[in-house]
Amino acid sequence: MPLDGSEPYLKIENLWKAFGKFLALKDVSLDIHEGELICFLGPSGCGKTTLLRAIAGLDLQTKGSVHQGGKDVSSLPPSERDFGIVFQSYALFPNLTIEKNVAFGLENTGRSKVEITDRVSELLAMVGLADQSKKYPAQLSGGQQQRIALARAIATNPGLLLLDEPLSALDAKVRVYLRHEIKELQRKLGVTTVMVTHDQEEALAMADRIVVMKDGVIEQVGTPTEIYSTPKTLFVADFIGEMNQIPATAGPSGAVSFGNGTMKSLPHDFTDGHPIIAAIRPEDVIPHGDEAHVLGSDDVVETEENALEVVVDEMEFLGSFWRCRLQHKRFGESELIADFSINAVRRLSLAEGGTMTVELPKNRLMAFERPEAVE
Amino acid sequence: MTDATQHTLPAGPSIKGKLSRDDIIMRGSMVVIGLYLLITMVFPLYAMLSKSFSTFQFDLSAYEVQVSDEAGATFSNPIRLNDLNEQLKVLEDSDMIAGSDGRLGVTQFFPDFSFRSPVKYRIRNTTDEGRFLVGSTLTDSTEWVELDSNTFRRVQLRPVKSTGFGNFRSYFATPALSNSIKNSVLIATISTIVTVTLAFWFAFALSRSCMRFKGLFRLIAMAPILVPSLLPGIALVYLFGNQGMLKELLFGASIYGPIGIVIGSVFFTFPHAFLIISTALAISDGRLYEAATSLRATPWRTFWTVTIPGARYGLVSAAFVVFNLVITDFGLPKVIGGQFNVLAVDIYKQVIGQQNFEMGAVVSVVLVLPAILAFAIDRFVQSKQVALLSARSVPYQPKPNKKADWILFSYASLIGIFIIGMLAVCQFAALVKFWPYDLSFSLNNYQFDRMDGGGWGAYYNSIKLGLLTAIVGTAIIFFGAYLVEKSNGFKTGRAIFQMFAMLPMAIPGMVLGLAYIFFFNNPANPLHAIYGTMAILVVCTVTHFYTVSHLTATTALQQMDREFESVSASLKQPTLKLFGRVTVPVCLPSILDISIYLFVNAMTTVSAVVFLYSPTTSLASIAVLNMDDAGDIAPAAAMGMMIFYTNAGARIFHLIASRGILSRTQAWRNR
Amino acid sequence: MTIFQKAMTSAAALAISATAAFAEAELTVYTAIEAEDLARYAETFNASHPDIKINWVRDSTGVITAKLLAERDNPQADVVWGLAATSLLLLKSEGMLEAYAPAGVEKLDPKFVDKDETPAWVGMDAWVASVCYNTVEAEKLGLTPPTSWKDLTNAQYKGHVIMPNPASSGTGFLDVSSWLQIFGEDDGWAFMDGLHENIARYTHSGSAPCKLAASGEIPIGVSFAFRGAKSKAAGAPLEIIVPSEGVGWDMEATAIVAGTDDLEAAQKLVDFTITKEANEMYNVGYAVVAYPGIAKPVEHFPANLLDAMIDNDFEFAANNRAAILKEWAGRYDGKSDPK
Repeated sequence: MPLDGSEPYLKIENLWKAFGKFLALKDVSLDIHEGELICFLGPSGCGKTTLLRAIAGLDLQTKGSVHQGGKDVSSLPPSERDFGIVFQSYALFPNLTIEKNVAFGLENTGRSKVEITDRVSELLAMVGLADQSKKYPAQLSGGQQQRIALARAIATNPGLLLLDEPLSALDAKVRVYLRHEIKELQRKLGVTTVMVTHDQEEALAMADRIVVMKDGVIEQVGTPTEIYSTPKTLFVADFIGEMNQIPATAGPSGAVSFGNGTMKSLPHDFTDGHPIIAAIRPEDVIPHGDEAHVLGSDDVVETEENALEVVVDEMEFLGSFWRCRLQHKRFGESELIADFSINAVRRLSLAEGGTMTVELPKNRLMAFERPEAVE
Repeated sequence: MTDATQHTLPAGPSIKGKLSRDDIIMRGSMVVIGLYLLITMVFPLYAMLSKSFSTFQFDLSAYEVQVSDEAGATFSNPIRLNDLNEQLKVLEDSDMIAGSDGRLGVTQFFPDFSFRSPVKYRIRNTTDEGRFLVGSTLTDSTEWVELDSNTFRRVQLRPVKSTGFGNFRSYFATPALSNSIKNSVLIATISTIVTVTLAFWFAFALSRSCMRFKGLFRLIAMAPILVPSLLPGIALVYLFGNQGMLKELLFGASIYGPIGIVIGSVFFTFPHAFLIISTALAISDGRLYEAATSLRATPWRTFWTVTIPGARYGLVSAAFVVFNLVITDFGLPKVIGGQFNVLAVDIYKQVIGQQNFEMGAVVSVVLVLPAILAFAIDRFVQSKQVALLSARSVPYQPKPNKKADWILFSYASLIGIFIIGMLAVCQFAALVKFWPYDLSFSLNNYQFDRMDGGGWGAYYNSIKLGLLTAIVGTAIIFFGAYLVEKSNGFKTGRAIFQMFAMLPMAIPGMVLGLAYIFFFNNPANPLHAIYGTMAILVVCTVTHFYTVSHLTATTALQQMDREFESVSASLKQPTLKLFGRVTVPVCLPSILDISIYLFVNAMTTVSAVVFLYSPTTSLASIAVLNMDDAGDIAPAAAMGMMIFYTNAGARIFHLIASRGILSRTQAWRNR
Repeated sequence: MTIFQKAMTSAAALAISATAAFAEAELTVYTAIEAEDLARYAETFNASHPDIKINWVRDSTGVITAKLLAERDNPQADVVWGLAATSLLLLKSEGMLEAYAPAGVEKLDPKFVDKDETPAWVGMDAWVASVCYNTVEAEKLGLTPPTSWKDLTNAQYKGHVIMPNPASSGTGFLDVSSWLQIFGEDDGWAFMDGLHENIARYTHSGSAPCKLAASGEIPIGVSFAFRGAKSKAAGAPLEIIVPSEGVGWDMEATAIVAGTDDLEAAQKLVDFTITKEANEMYNVGYAVVAYPGIAKPVEHFPANLLDAMIDNDFEFAANNRAAILKEWAGRYDGKSDPK
């Protein structure tokens, strides 16, 4: 990642967007560096598309500034900014052939006819559709259309590529394949890219950095591993991947209490006795006696305080692993979900109704503010 | 971490976007088309409204008189006529209201007046505004004029211009005029009930039965749209007039009057009602019928609980459309209305017959009110219907039912015979030499050049008008709709434009035409030059039929991907290039629909242009009116049928042309 | 096209352009004359006055009158040639006409000249009211032909008479104003009350009643003689009846519009319009013209028509027009409910 301390390519400062009384963006600031692939991730209505459209100048922000390549583009119309865009609908011109669609942006730019034809062939070859150039969009599959839209967007070598949910209209297999292909293409071109998605898997797989948004506010910005392993808020923790959430109270920093027992956890800022949610990912729950298989050398196992004897309530085979629902009186109604590898299950001869001891590693156990209305 | 305090928008001005060149071009164009609508509709209507408040009144205080003794030598002191009137109570205030050509004799203020007496009179204007006539010579100076009594009786006061509700007061005080409101509403109501009922069953037969020849019936039902509304009136004269072929069917009642207007109105409004209702029936959900069948509901019960509620918005909408068409129609009551006065004809009579423009304006204002009301209700109901359309439903598939199919087929055939019959009668009458005395066939009635109304030139003018309206109108209307739909921001401007675009539908043609006289036939108006030319006819026709075309264009544009403009902007291509390369080709079917709609209506319209044509720009539809007016009914029928054939030809041409164009330009539609 | 024809055509074209080039003055002339007569009139005029070019503005009487009145403050016309005298009186009362006594005006029948010392207008020809009577239809219905206006109030004609609406038709108005002159105000209205009982309907146009009678749509149409003669010539079983009390009439007349740019040319045109030559030209369509003693009988025209023309008081008709129409509408139009 080109985090060399140079000026960011795209600098978003204190962006607000109001639709009447509704605030779709609230004081959003963000730096994006040259060559990065950034994903805006969040549930629908979180403001991610609004942010994208503000960057493009399609829907102007109410307040705040956008700088692109050191230039203030805050109030410029789309046609005076430098970006290519792919929409969820692809917006291919239905009455123009594939090559005409791709050539659309190349016309009136001082290129000769031959140059345009060459560039179009190059682009179509790049997206692997060189043989389809005379067809109309409706004659192509969804995935092919998507690639044409991409080719059209990058035809003029824009400094910024904007992708608005580019894969959501496709079926699962094509989506996974294209994910990869877009990422490849982006690497090859080195074009700074912003992609909007509501699919966390897509974001984790593609992004250099993920921007998680909720209710018009950025919740967290970070690399996929940062976002996954050290979510800053319960929302991020919950939205990305699976997360056990168990009501608890804060102990002194580095500890959480469940009813009568206390466990060690990652350091936190809550005062003693503050109601919190204790959270741990299912795959971080370690079956006793299996630590060596799971933990790396820098992980410390706190066997005394963080070990629990639990009842295996239910086991579900999910192909590459087992998902187990574990009960313990400390958790009350909540069950602890744990993902065990097939090997571990076999080694420990786990079965529904049996008991076992699990380990909640302290550097995986997190404390979050407990929302007021907990069901 | 989120923090509640930052969740309020900070004070200070919002970002103002810099406009791109495209934005400026599009807003500029929208302003231009907006101005077009302002000049061709809003300003004329305003001119008409102010005309309706321009009154003429006798101002008795503007005149002084002196009377001499028997010798004719010594005169009495001057006395103003209003003081004289105070003393004698000859005239009331209401007698002071006049038209522009009002005259008031003065001898009534002198009870002893005799034209043989040797008494002499002097009269003068007290102000520069005062005007009176001696015989027909105008005097507008303040000098005394001395007259002998025989001449004095020829003195007539002229009214002065002022502003007020006087015209409206005298309108409602004159039963001959205000009765028309009642008549118009009555006729429109009856016609609406009859047409909607007939059209409903016709649409029902076509959508809910398995009868044969549905396509043919659909074609026949649409035929009346191709002729001016005058034509059914002419057909009725031949069918039920005093020499009518089926005169006996009326049992002595006269076709000239409400009966004729109703039958004719049913004819020319039928396609409109049929279209709306069959759309409403087509979107009814087939699953509801399956449910009704599975619940063993009787057909009767199913009809009332499924069919009618499903079509109710269509029925209401059709009713208001028909009501509006009938109440604003001018041609039909003009031909067949006899002594039955209706509002639209009153406007014509006031203006053309009596040159009473002020009263024409008053009647126009009166006519606009019910028309706008019906229009508003229709728009409201239509918005509901759209909501119903977007719901997912399964189209109903009728099952054969021999008896019901036969009944419905017979019914549809009756309607078909009615429509075809009316047209056939006109064609027959046009070919007969001299009805009813010489029934041999001849083409004499096609020698239009020997009749009033403009001759064959009028027919060619109509085609010219139709083509110009179709080309110019389609261009303006489609581009205007594009700007409204696809411009960025500029919300207020777009809302105002949208309102302007909807307004023409609520304005009856007669009113628009009259408003154009007031606005364009004003020498002070820089656009005065287009008055009396083909240009004003094109402008008027485009404006008159703006709304439906605008809605067609809007619907087509809304089906286009919203993001085309964004993509084009991101590719730094001018929006107009996108418009030409993508929008127009993709919307071509709708664009062709708009042009044929404008062409057909330009061929048939009478009401909007009747005040605006000049001898060199007479139109076929106007010729039908004028020939009928002059009693040349057979040539009028002949010309009316020429309009029918032209429109039918244009429709067929449109069909073939659009197939051809579509197969070439819309290849992308085929997968 | 033969060479000869070609030569003729180009010669004609040359002549036309020569005339145009020669024309020193142009006059805008408003008219209600039949369109087909315009070219003939202009040609005849240009034969003696090639230097004056006429630009016609033609429309029906009502429309031209309305147009002139609307342009009161900014007149566009130089001359009005061929408009109803009653319309010209309206213009005169607005002070829109330039009084002028054309050369030779004394030769005209005084009926056809404005009574002012310097006449504001001069007449050309007259159209005369009469009754068109369809003999075939009347016989079918067992009617006897009427001979007078009064006869038309006879109960046997109930529902069998059509006349023009005076509010929209000049012919209708001249009928009404003539009845008020013939019978006097009170008896005139009483007559119309009676007539109204027999009227099937009032038409908008003045020629329609005769055409309707010609086509048998109605047996009796109150219209004007010229129209009846035309229909009769076309083969309709019509008889043109001139009621014994006398018939109303109106004339086509000529006037100069005050404020014309070229008064001299306008006067030349008006001088021409009252010449014998011009009146002979009018006689082609009209049986009664202003220049006495030259009218040739027009086919199918009733012989006694000229004598039956009443001494029409145009001033009375013009000055009382609004009041008469108001009264008429109040009596007959207000009652026009469905029958």
